[in-house]
Amino acid sequence: MKSRLWWPLLALGALLALNLVLAPAFFALRFQDGHLYGSLVDVLNNGAPTLLVALGMTLVIATRGVDLSVGAVAAIAGAVACTHLAGSADPGGAGTAVTAIALALGLCLVLGLWNGFLVAALGIQPIIATLVLMTAGRGLAMLLTEGQIVTVDNSAYRAVGAGHLVLPVSILISGAAVAAIALLTRRTALGLLIESVGVNPEASRLAGVRSRRIIWTCYVFAALCAGVAGLMISSNVSAADANNAGLWIEMDAILAVVIGGTSLAGGRYSLAGTVLGALIIQTLTTTIHTVGVAPEVTLVLKAIVVICVCLAQAPKARALLRRLAPARAETTKAATP
Amino acid sequence: MLVTYTLFALVFGVGAVAYPGFASGQVLLNLLVDNAFLVVLAVGLTFVILTGGIDLSVGSVVALSTMVTATGLRAGWPVPVVVAAVLAIGSVLGLLMGLVIHHFDIQPFIVTLAGMFLARGLCFVISVESIPIKDPAFRAVATATLDLGGLNITYGVLVALLTAAVAAYVLHLTRFGRTVYAVGGSEASARLMGLSAGRVKVGVYVISGFCSALGGLLLSVYMLSGYSLHAVGMELDAIAAVVIGGTVLTGGAGYLAGSLAGVLVLGVIQTLISFQGTLSSWWTKIVIGLLLLAFVVVQRVLPGARRAPDAVTPAGRSAIAAR
Repeated sequence: MKSRLWWPLLALGALLALNLVLAPAFFALRFQDGHLYGSLVDVLNNGAPTLLVALGMTLVIATRGVDLSVGAVAAIAGAVACTHLAGSADPGGAGTAVTAIALALGLCLVLGLWNGFLVAALGIQPIIATLVLMTAGRGLAMLLTEGQIVTVDNSAYRAVGAGHLVLPVSILISGAAVAAIALLTRRTALGLLIESVGVNPEASRLAGVRSRRIIWTCYVFAALCAGVAGLMISSNVSAADANNAGLWIEMDAILAVVIGGTSLAGGRYSLAGTVLGALIIQTLTTTIHTVGVAPEVTLVLKAIVVICVCLAQAPKARALLRRLAPARAETTKAATP
Repeated sequence: MLVTYTLFALVFGVGAVAYPGFASGQVLLNLLVDNAFLVVLAVGLTFVILTGGIDLSVGSVVALSTMVTATGLRAGWPVPVVVAAVLAIGSVLGLLMGLVIHHFDIQPFIVTLAGMFLARGLCFVISVESIPIKDPAFRAVATATLDLGGLNITYGVLVALLTAAVAAYVLHLTRFGRTVYAVGGSEASARLMGLSAGRVKVGVYVISGFCSALGGLLLSVYMLSGYSLHAVGMELDAIAAVVIGGTVLTGGAGYLAGSLAGVLVLGVIQTLISFQGTLSSWWTKIVIGLLLLAFVVVQRVLPGARRAPDAVTPAGRSAIAAR
């Protein structure tokens, strides 16, 4: 466990150190009007949707699956909430915001059930099963918003993504989600069951684990996480953009999970790793902005970091490194007869 | 594959009945004209998917190719040099990804995802603006049409069909092609049989990279511009085309002609929706999603009737390899 977290930690540490050298103001925290401000808070705030989606994705990947539809689900959640708000009799009321959020999450629940149905009940490969919703989902969101960007003006709804409670509300929501999932999967047997299903669903079923139900639950959970993330994104800008909300977020989430040391082959996962992975991705983006590198380079750097971290984790790459460093090779030889 | 062609005929038939002028040879040929680049992409991706891999970078490599073409021509490079450079860049990117996938045992999904970011990022580095292509030779090729007895096609269609033909030959009639199927069926078995599984695994990514670059060239001819946001999400269209064409994502089963049919089906749906006129373009996405669903469910249910469903083992290859 420790060794798996070592490389992502090192990467995050290196990024932070880079900031310390290049832009010391990165670490400055201000306390103003009861709110905490600073680049570090921004990293957490901007990374909150990705982190939430990545959390759901971790459990799905742990069952040997993958959920490509999360970005579309996020877009749908925003679209549902905003169209309900815009079309209601009392667009500014807190009650309307609650109904809108409930409606959006309810629909996400259904979408998650749908994905889970395709994967767990019909046995379609996860990548294809969720590709269906990924393609159709954005079309659905466009249908809901009738191709327009729906803007809303509701202070209660705005609080989800842009509110403050000492820390930005989005940080608190994603933090609570991390804590809840950690408790649920690590203090109960659920985490173990998910891992066993990921290693071998058939064997787990024969051993009395309700494999299908667990896989199904993971997809529902992932869709709910994506829905909350979508609400955050749309509430932050008080608008639903069916085309661009949550675009590429599934890729970022998968990257976060993999950088965190969870294998795409399923069976082992690390929530702490996912949190680290999401932080690395967001810190990298923020660093690029603070340091003043052209934003166009972001993607290239992201790709390079991803490859480096993946290589660092690959056993074969480590073996190669060991061969190149003879001193270390001898110690390994001595250790393994 | 037969199902796909039947579906194509069916959808086209519906269009022919519903709209006057739909059932013309030109409409049929325009499917190829408008989707020539997608055909080439799907051809490359078929190889990768047959080995059980995936290449998410194809859309970005297409965009990168259009950028390199446009900037190269603007800088005054001769057309053959530009074409060679673009094809080389695509192939080398594919080679690099293939080497990483094979030698470091990292999942293709992640490596090609990184490749996708890299290629798209390089586009932005080159320019964030759209660059028009003004080279007269290039424009001449782009606007030229071949007359087939009153019906017109572009040179892009010829290139696409030629690529598909060469690929079909390689895939179905050469040692390399057989090894692709063997690796997709079971990599371990292929290796034990003494087949050069590693070379083939790297090779399919080179082919996919080359095809993406070629597709990019065709797109730059079609669009006459290079733009970093060209072909966003096209990898999914290509994957959908391959899957609708009957190739299974776990590898080992499928035909190249199926992928061609998959592209045609996607194309005819788009044409149908544009003929309809009142339907918004986002319906295209929904219909393609539903179609994809119908196909995977059919793929799933058909062999399921013959053998016990192993629904909880998504990685179970045997169930689907039967076709």
